[in-house]
Amino acid sequence: MTEAKRGEGVTRSARDLCWNCQSEVGGEYFCPQCVKVQPASVWSDYFDVFGLPRKLGLDLEELQRRFYDWSRKFHPDLFQRATPEEQAISLENSALVNTAYRTLRDPIARVEYLIGLEEGAVKGIPPKAPLDLLEEMLLVQEALEGAKASALDAQTQKRLTDERARLAERRRAEEERLLDVSREWDALVEGSSAASRDRDDLRRKLLDRMKGILAVRAYLTTVINDLSDALGEDSQTHVSHRRH
Amino acid sequence: MSRIVGIDLGTTNSLVAYMEGGFPRVIPDAEGHVLLPSVVGFTADGILVGDAAKRQLVRNPTRTIYSVKRLMGKGYEDVKKELRYFPFHVVPSDEVVKIRVADREVTPPEVSALILRALKERAEAHLGEPVTKAVITVPAYFNDSQRQATKDAGRIAGLEVLRIVNEPTAASLAYGLHRLKEGTVAVYDLGGGTFDISILRVKDGIFEVLATNGNTHLGGDDFDRAVVDWLLADIKARHGADLRADLEALQELRLGAEAAKCRLSFEERTVLTIPLPQHGFTYRREISRAELETLIEPLVQQTLGPCRLALADAGLSANAVDEVVLVGGSTRVPLVKRRVQELFGKTPHSQLNPDEVVAVGAAVQADILAGGITNMLLLDVTPLSLGIETLGGVMSVLTPRNMTIPTSAKELFTTSVDGQTVVDMHVLQGERELVKDNRSLARFELSGIDPMPAGMPRIEVTFLIDANGILQVNARELRTGKAASIEVKPSYGLTDTEVERMIEESFVHAEEDVASRLLIEARNEADTVIRATERALGQGSGLIGQEETAQINGALAALKAARDGSDRDAIRAATERLNQATLHLAEVLMDSALKEALTAKRVTEALGKPER
Repeated sequence: MTEAKRGEGVTRSARDLCWNCQSEVGGEYFCPQCVKVQPASVWSDYFDVFGLPRKLGLDLEELQRRFYDWSRKFHPDLFQRATPEEQAISLENSALVNTAYRTLRDPIARVEYLIGLEEGAVKGIPPKAPLDLLEEMLLVQEALEGAKASALDAQTQKRLTDERARLAERRRAEEERLLDVSREWDALVEGSSAASRDRDDLRRKLLDRMKGILAVRAYLTTVINDLSDALGEDSQTHVSHRRH
Repeated sequence: MSRIVGIDLGTTNSLVAYMEGGFPRVIPDAEGHVLLPSVVGFTADGILVGDAAKRQLVRNPTRTIYSVKRLMGKGYEDVKKELRYFPFHVVPSDEVVKIRVADREVTPPEVSALILRALKERAEAHLGEPVTKAVITVPAYFNDSQRQATKDAGRIAGLEVLRIVNEPTAASLAYGLHRLKEGTVAVYDLGGGTFDISILRVKDGIFEVLATNGNTHLGGDDFDRAVVDWLLADIKARHGADLRADLEALQELRLGAEAAKCRLSFEERTVLTIPLPQHGFTYRREISRAELETLIEPLVQQTLGPCRLALADAGLSANAVDEVVLVGGSTRVPLVKRRVQELFGKTPHSQLNPDEVVAVGAAVQADILAGGITNMLLLDVTPLSLGIETLGGVMSVLTPRNMTIPTSAKELFTTSVDGQTVVDMHVLQGERELVKDNRSLARFELSGIDPMPAGMPRIEVTFLIDANGILQVNARELRTGKAASIEVKPSYGLTDTEVERMIEESFVHAEEDVASRLLIEARNEADTVIRATERALGQGSGLIGQEETAQINGALAALKAARDGSDRDAIRAATERLNQATLHLAEVLMDSALKEALTAKRVTEALGKPER
């Protein structure tokens, strides 16, 4: 399941009246009349949750500050003595704020989420082997098959360990490239110089490049995990922050 | 709002605490002890909890349950490898662990409930008011089943569990009251049976857990086991005796090993002396701290891997951590302190009593929930990825590990056969790709789907992990907006019906327990009167007539007979009759004592009055 799909829960819907006292709430999160907490359904996406523009470069300190502000308003601890309805709303609002924060805080998840927003919900990005590594990957697969059949000798062990380090290095390089593309994206979103048709073209190109990098990165992660398994190590150790 | 207490339900010891005027207090028992040993003994006279249960452990090993926390939320298959370390009998089954004691079977939540009830009663006696609400701590790395089992235990004990809070995070709250600077904190929590590492960021009163990791089957118990295995080999070599099947001797060795381990935290060497009369010798062995460290080094090393994983998940290097906090009794072991210090490159905090700090933190969280503390807020995480089984036995992740809770994920389900009205889901927790390598939490059955062609129904299922780290599942059919009905079959837990039954049973048992306690009290009183009468007859037989002596002897014999029965009223009646029969003798003795006293010029006063 992709981040984008998780974001489907966030939709702009009319929420004019308080669920409790039916008075006008006008987009406030606590009813001006009865002070009951309101469902946070006016946010259009995770960026909107924190009042941020839909850009990939984020001020993480600022993001955290806004996340803490929402937590101080919505966390279930603060609704322990409230009615079941208010408790349910606090739970949903908190879950949404938490997911939004974690998605945006992680630079990779942030890109995945943006692609989902731009192109509609997609079911993950299928892993794809980088073309320049095809031959090398075949050799790795062969070695992995061999490792499954019998115990590793010292030489193979060293080879697989080196291979893993090389692939991890490559993955870092891919992540760097993703940051470069992200900066281009932000420049495009901010800028207004180019004609709108060129902008659309560039937009599509940048999204395709991001998807390409994410596909290669997903592939590398799979192979790195397989190598760790074959080396008899917990694959958790070598995965970066997220599994997908 | 009635008071909310904080409870640390530990593997070895449990505690209860509360907040009073902004200060946390750990509640002692009548003798002033704050630690309640997490030991439950099932005896002919009733159920014993705590010190009383621990004292009779060696005599009653098969009916005394300790370290039950290691069995919470587990199946028989999970624990069968460590059963050789337990003297009590765990019944083989393919579901939740059941322990056989005498003629009944009990589940770990029921045993934990007895410990919780003892703490509840302790708090009620101390506060002089009913206690019905609690915050209970669990290891951060506890999965959904283990958390649910803890919550069930609370319900069975008659407590409304308002929050399940993670032990290392609770400890950070306790430290946070006065001692933590803003920054990044690592809490290393090694208890009796579990290990946790949590990395937090503390800022503006927010305690944000960045990542957590651990091992719910690693703790001081394992240190003791390593020592016991070493002692067994030594006894075999030096005395030629194999004690592995001797349950009583094993318990003696375990308690001896535990005590020696504790002494070696302060001394360089210590001597273990264990009388083994049944084998015709007394075992003596000197053990040095270095020897202990060799035995436990591999176990201490096992805690470092989870520390590195938690740091990686938090995106931090070890030396970027500003403060390190030690929690749990096992962090008193010097080797543990040394290894933690080496890993993080700084001296860890251990100012707060590592046995009490978690209970104090639970009380702080309780006060936050009660609205007392308003400037602290805890944002915790779920320790394990949550997912569902998909085609080919692969787990598809819905919520990754270390997500801030509460968190939710939605998934669409549909039917694969025309007219299908029921859909099954298998929910798992864990970090591996394949279903079989992860923890099965429950199977959910969505039913009441209107018959439609295959693929037509669109059922949206919401998986919500609440602030307790416990999963809630809701489903609705999107076309009709109708809520789908869900039946939960926990893989290693109790159904609601079972918990309800246990709550009822616990009331019945509570009555039985009260009855047996009253019986014991009646017997104790009878014993006191019997002893006093025998002493009085010895001192004053010359002062009363033969008839009166015979009368007293008759009443005495009657009480002795009644005392050995189990009719409480008969015992009390016979006690009363003997009291009546000895009234005159008592007066006579008093008179003669007075006369003596007048002549002896208050010598007794000068000597000081004895207590009784």
